[in-house]
Amino acid sequence: MSLVFDIALVAGLIALALHVVVTRDGRGAILAFIAFGLLLGIGWARLAAVDVALTEAAIGGGLTGMLLLRAHAHLAREIPPEAMARAEPRRWLAPAIACSLVTLALGAVVLAFPRPAPSLAHQAVASLETTGLGNPVTAVLLAYRAIDTLLEKIVLILALVGVWSLSRDAAWGGASQLRPAIIPEPLVFLARVLPPFGVLIAVYQVWVGADLPGGTFQAGTILAAMALLVMLAGLRPAPPTQARVLRVMLAGGPALFVLVGFLGVAAAQGFLSYPEAIAKPLIVGIEAALTLSIAGTLALLVAGPPDKAPAS
Amino acid sequence: MGLSDAFTLVCVVAGALLFLAGTLGLLRFPDTLSRLHALSKADNLGLGLIVLGLLPLQTSLMGGVKLVCIWLLAQLSAATASQLIAGIAARRKPQA
Repeated sequence: MSLVFDIALVAGLIALALHVVVTRDGRGAILAFIAFGLLLGIGWARLAAVDVALTEAAIGGGLTGMLLLRAHAHLAREIPPEAMARAEPRRWLAPAIACSLVTLALGAVVLAFPRPAPSLAHQAVASLETTGLGNPVTAVLLAYRAIDTLLEKIVLILALVGVWSLSRDAAWGGASQLRPAIIPEPLVFLARVLPPFGVLIAVYQVWVGADLPGGTFQAGTILAAMALLVMLAGLRPAPPTQARVLRVMLAGGPALFVLVGFLGVAAAQGFLSYPEAIAKPLIVGIEAALTLSIAGTLALLVAGPPDKAPAS
Repeated sequence: MGLSDAFTLVCVVAGALLFLAGTLGLLRFPDTLSRLHALSKADNLGLGLIVLGLLPLQTSLMGGVKLVCIWLLAQLSAATASQLIAGIAARRKPQA
């Protein structure tokens, strides 16, 4: 029975992926891409990778979809529709060939896997005790391979700097204007009711991430979604990007991560290694700070470059 | 098979049937508002029946509370999304 479900899932994924690539309708492609992300999340859950499933649903489906929708709306305003619909055959030929080659290579690699597959899972679980954590995924992200996670968060901040640098000189340091022309009443209602639950779920995700699936990225995305909901419903304006509090919040997560990392040089075996006795409090502290900075970064990425001059 | 298993089976099958009916409605109904109507039946009642059916399988009280919360949140978002879509449809075609 579960085989039937899996086959249906894979068929749906392939059909949606084809639709995204083939369709001429930009917005339709984005909506199919969002559905693709959600289905892919279910696929990861079927593979028992719940952490990846949560991240895929939140980032791959939700947030990326919203970024793409906003980009599409911008493009649609500035480019006439017939120019967007026109496509030259040669322009898609090269990407199509490249994608097919990548797909074939990936297929060959997957089929050539040795059995049993090489895995570090046993070592990861065996060393869990030294970190004080219960979730091996969090241990990999924040202890064994902490340098990857650190660089990932810094890349996010760099992406935000890139988006901000697209603003006009006059608007530098100002806020993004997210408020749409018409704000429907139900949206305002949702923006009033949902955020408390969203914040609660985000806090739960960070806390439970130490021992069970969950963690900073998922929680950060939920918080970002709540912030965007409030801004889109016009309940609160987007914060001016020159605000000191905002910038401290954005940089705080990675900065604390680096600080604790250097603390490891003095108090433990080296950069980014934690003293064993306080490993768990340190990791949970870093996760909390990272969640806030991820939430801020993601929300402001979607909000786009500031386009309103700063007040002062 | 115990009584609670039978309860689960009946509820989940009924929920799945509602989802099927909702999907059929989404595909076959003529206009936006009736399609929304079909969809919200599946979202609300279908998901509600599935949650109800899964409740006896929960080993802890917290698990059951979480399931009910998921249903309530899905209700809230589905109702809001339906209102938003209906609002857009009404603005586009005021006479309908």
